[in-house]
Amino acid sequence: MAKKKEVTRRQFLNYSLTGVGGFMAAGMLMPMVRFAIDPLLKEKSKQDFVPVMETSEITNQPVRKEFKIDQVDGWYESEVTQSAWVYKDEKDEIVALSPVCKHLGCTVDWASNPAYPDQFFCPCHAGRYTKDGVNVPGTPPLAPLDVYNKKVENGKLYLGKPEPR
Amino acid sequence: MLNKIYDWVDERLDITPMWRDIADHEVPEHVNPAHHFSAFVYCFGGLTFFITVIQILSGMFLTMYYVPDIVNAWESVYYLQNEVAFGQIVRGMHHWGASLVIVMMFLHTLRVFFTGSYKKPRELNWVVGVLIFFVMLGLGFTGYLLPWDMKALFATKVGLEIAVTIPVVGEWAKTLLAGGEIIGAQTLARFFAIHVFFLPAALLGLLGAHFIMIRKQGISGPL
Repeated sequence: MAKKKEVTRRQFLNYSLTGVGGFMAAGMLMPMVRFAIDPLLKEKSKQDFVPVMETSEITNQPVRKEFKIDQVDGWYESEVTQSAWVYKDEKDEIVALSPVCKHLGCTVDWASNPAYPDQFFCPCHAGRYTKDGVNVPGTPPLAPLDVYNKKVENGKLYLGKPEPR
Repeated sequence: MLNKIYDWVDERLDITPMWRDIADHEVPEHVNPAHHFSAFVYCFGGLTFFITVIQILSGMFLTMYYVPDIVNAWESVYYLQNEVAFGQIVRGMHHWGASLVIVMMFLHTLRVFFTGSYKKPRELNWVVGVLIFFVMLGLGFTGYLLPWDMKALFATKVGLEIAVTIPVVGEWAKTLLAGGEIIGAQTLARFFAIHVFFLPAALLGLLGAHFIMIRKQGISGPL
């Protein structure tokens, strides 16, 4: 008969006590950890389309339009203001860009830097984007500006959630 | 792996004597339930501490969602209990633990009383234990207000009216506890601060003293 590997009484007690203790500690900690990491596993909030402006008012020049959305923040619900840069491109299609800089989240402005009158400019770290929202290489941002989900109904522009492209 | 890390640290900092001094000491036969089952009465102090640890942990996690503000307090409690995963369990642990810790502490006090363990040379440890008892009651009282529901509000009204009955300084005590003339925004902020910072700090200090004394003097002998 092959010699079995002996487990000493001390080892056995060590293993079983560590196991039972670990099980109990885990049972205690698991609810609290799951409780704490809940924001990670919560479903992302949805955003309804809101009317922003008449499509007839939209020109080739980007205009900053502000609109209100309902925001649910845990137990706190409020109306917050969002804004979008809205214009018509060469193909006469409506473009609605998020003003949030893709570098570190400051707010970009159209033509606010006299040196670049036909670009979006971020004052924080001099990030720049061309009119179609594409970041200018060599400036801090690494991605183009987010584009709003949009739809047109009864001559009105509705905007939803900004999406990265 | 763990052994190697331990050895590496131990070689440099000589930590073995430290934890040996805290954890590695014999349990006398008369307090070991394996020898005499009735010795389980000696467990109540440890159980009180165990529940206290659960209270501290669950309380820390609850403050991730709770806000001590009269507009949002109730809403935040409702949210953490009903919208956050395991909220009911974490809040339940803190809620039931709060009562259980008083029960365990009371049983521990009874055991110390009936085994005469408070007698010389352990009188000071009894005194510290009584202080811990008062701190625990304070934690229960201040924590009761925090959900900011009707029960909380009226329980605190009654509590503060009891404070008024203290001779001479009663009215001052009430104003000081309420942080103003009514039970309101300032009371809630104040009770939160007392519940989360001041009393736990006092509790940890007293528990430290309680444990150092029992290690120094050893557990009292058999009846």
